[in-house]
Amino acid sequence: MTPEPWQDGVYAALKAAGVRQMGYVPDAGHSRLIDRFHADPEMTAVVLTTEEEGIAMAAGAHLGGSRAVLLMQSSGVGNCINMLSLPIHCRMPLFILVTMRGEWGEFNPWQVPMGSSTGPVLQAAGVHIRRAERADEVVEMVAASARFAYDSAIPVAVLLSQRLIGAKVWVK
Amino acid sequence: MNNLSNALLDRRQVVATLLRDTADTPGGELLVVTGLGSTTYDAGAAGDRAENFYLWGAMGGALMIGLGLAIAQPDRRVLVITGDGEMLMGLGSLATTAAAKRPNLSIAVLDNGQFAETGHQSSHTAHGADLAAMARACGWSQGEIATDMPGVEALRPRLRREALFATIRISPEDVPRFLPPRDGANLATRFRAALGIAAS
Repeated sequence: MTPEPWQDGVYAALKAAGVRQMGYVPDAGHSRLIDRFHADPEMTAVVLTTEEEGIAMAAGAHLGGSRAVLLMQSSGVGNCINMLSLPIHCRMPLFILVTMRGEWGEFNPWQVPMGSSTGPVLQAAGVHIRRAERADEVVEMVAASARFAYDSAIPVAVLLSQRLIGAKVWVK
Repeated sequence: MNNLSNALLDRRQVVATLLRDTADTPGGELLVVTGLGSTTYDAGAAGDRAENFYLWGAMGGALMIGLGLAIAQPDRRVLVITGDGEMLMGLGSLATTAAAKRPNLSIAVLDNGQFAETGHQSSHTAHGADLAAMARACGWSQGEIATDMPGVEALRPRLRREALFATIRISPEDVPRFLPPRDGANLATRFRAALGIAAS
């Protein structure tokens, strides 16, 4: 019997945390989660043109008494910086799952600069970061980080390492 | 066409009209999000209320805050009031909100063709960019333009009942500064309290 993919455990943890909105710029590493959100009538999944839209959407969700999660790739973190002043100044929760590029078996050198600065940039902006390296730690980390973000009303990002996601292979 | 020469509407009068009798809204008090800069001052000058969430930063985010709020409160009406410069920074959100299709979300863009806050530098709408046409092209089924007060009066009930994008041409003249509250945490807390959301 194949074990349940960790992505399904992550989805269950997000739903248990009360998440009802999800904003995303697509990433292959998030595709299973994105499908789960779209398939669930209790959830509203919103495709974004750029990641900072999701920061603002999550603020609106909070104002309306709901909870949003954002899914993005490390390259998208750079697009969010000024918009992060919204949840930080307004003391709102923010919860982001970031799939990492540019760090483990990366074939595309254009991914490396933002991949290298994702963690430091988020921390400099005031976002708490956690980093998952192994499948057996992801679900618990997401569940605890979601409680941290929503219950303490602070911005939190969980970085899902490229080793965990699996490096993209273009040449087979 | 985008002709600003007849844009003589007073922005304070426009926003006071849009926000007149906010209780006269399906589902209860109109929920309002304003964009960084003059529209925040205009809404405050029209009468500070807990159901106004004023942006003093986060430029380009007003419409997306409206979307998150509209999804969270499907039985309430959300009106975003912002300026041409703020809307231009968040152009992608026209596509995102159109694709998300929320029947309880409308937006009014006050267009003076300028970045008034920073010294009246002309904006893209003064050079031909047509925000209502962009909204329609993104999938907003209604992209209206008002150039006089009867037009604004006609928009007022529609902005509370339809999923409407409206551009309102206003005078670029300066108006007396009015500064509504700017502590974001307090603004968020009182907004949520007005919706009956318990403090966490």
